[in-house]
Amino acid sequence: MQVNEYKPLIVAFCCNWCSYAGADLAGNNRLAYPADVKIIRVPCSCRVNPMFILRAFQRGADGVIICGCHPGDCHYTSGNYYTRRRMAALFSMLDYLGIEKERTRVEWVSAAEGAKFAATMNDFAKTVASLGENKRLEDLRCKK
Amino acid sequence: MQKITRDQLVSKASELLSNGTVCCVLGWGMGEFDYDVTPTVFNTVEELNNGFVFNDFCGANFSKYLVSKAAKCDGKILVLLKPCDTYSFNQLLTEHRFDREKVYVVGIPCEGMADVSKVKAICGEGILAISSNGDNINVTTLYDENPIVINAADVLAERCVNCKSKKHVAYDELLGDEGEVIESNRFDEVARLEAMSADERFAFWQNELSRCIRCNACRDACPACTCEKCVFDNPNSGVENKSPANSFEEKLFHIIRAYHVAGRCTDCGECSRVCPQNIPLHLLNRKFIKDINEFYGDYQAGEEVGMRAPLVNYTTEDLEPGEVFDRGADNA
Ligand code: SF4
Ligand code: SF4
Repeated sequence: MQVNEYKPLIVAFCCNWCSYAGADLAGNNRLAYPADVKIIRVPCSCRVNPMFILRAFQRGADGVIICGCHPGDCHYTSGNYYTRRRMAALFSMLDYLGIEKERTRVEWVSAAEGAKFAATMNDFAKTVASLGENKRLEDLRCKK
Repeated sequence: MQKITRDQLVSKASELLSNGTVCCVLGWGMGEFDYDVTPTVFNTVEELNNGFVFNDFCGANFSKYLVSKAAKCDGKILVLLKPCDTYSFNQLLTEHRFDREKVYVVGIPCEGMADVSKVKAICGEGILAISSNGDNINVTTLYDENPIVINAADVLAERCVNCKSKKHVAYDELLGDEGEVIESNRFDEVARLEAMSADERFAFWQNELSRCIRCNACRDACPACTCEKCVFDNPNSGVENKSPANSFEEKLFHIIRAYHVAGRCTDCGECSRVCPQNIPLHLLNRKFIKDINEFYGDYQAGEEVGMRAPLVNYTTEDLEPGEVFDRGADNA
């Protein structure tokens, strides 16, 4: 019997206008990135309520990444600037509570950056895999 | 410890009541014990004379009470505010939580308040009476006829040890002299935690936060938490009550609470004061304050009315979330 290799579960919040299209482009170009990256499409990176991130962890995600348009390129002019501040504060707090900072990331990926999308996901998955399963944030009540 | 006396406060309040400036007074009344002084509304001079209390345990920050009380008054309500309370007062005004015209603020000087858990750590349980005696506090317990005399400075509440300001930033009238903003060491403990490894920090918080009984007192006392409908009251939120040990919920509640007040928390210290489990909630709030100061420039919530909170603001030059950890003061 083959022992299953550990594969981290990653939740990626992607903004509709840039990063989601970037993911699409990665797919069209046949660029490989881990199948365990679950993409959730959001209208703008600033739609990501910090609660979404906490919930993802609570339900067993091992890493959470937010992708949005490059600063200055937001479809709604300034959404990602707010994301930037919010997530800086939140991730710093998670780290302060002892949740490894490598498990959270914000990355700006445009619709033309399919290659960057795939590379980012590969790199993030590798980093999270090296940390192992997320035990600190899971909520046993939420586990199936 | 206290420069101002109960009688001075009562006579000031009586004067303002009698001459019609205000129609009621928000002050401290006696609770069950000498140390659990309770916020009380006094409507007459007689009530003031009988029930008004001022001692080393008058920590309660009245700003938040104005949200519900000011609207109910026909005229103005008199509120007594310590310097740290006036920051919360301004912050609430910034958020349009009550009408400034309905409030008459008397600023009172403060030399620091005592923390009853520190008193108990010295004298034990069974406290019958506590009274101020200059720089000392006399404590009478069940087990000893003679009062135990302790130095008031030894039982100063944490937030008073690290007091950030003796300056009143809002008042209609000031008793005593104008104070100064002071340099405090309030971020030292945060920095000490930051210097630990992630594992050590996790163990530290697991130890602290697992004691939480989810009484919600920290939320109820907080002048920044004034939403009428709170996420923690929603039975479908998944965070409304105490969870089994070792579950993330313990931390979830605390992250949400601290994050909701990030950028608006004035560091008044009410949350840590009221926590029956002595959880150092100020260390969570101060982490956000310290980060905001370092990332976006010094910001003291409540310093002035009308300031824009840092988390609902931005500049195009802000640092990237990833850079947060690459700064000199790296946590790892
Ligand atoms: S979080 Fe605590 S210190 Fe901050 S405003 Fe609320 S009660 Fe005061
Ligand atoms: S006051 Fe203390 S015990 Fe009560 S909910 Fe807040 S942290 Fe938990």
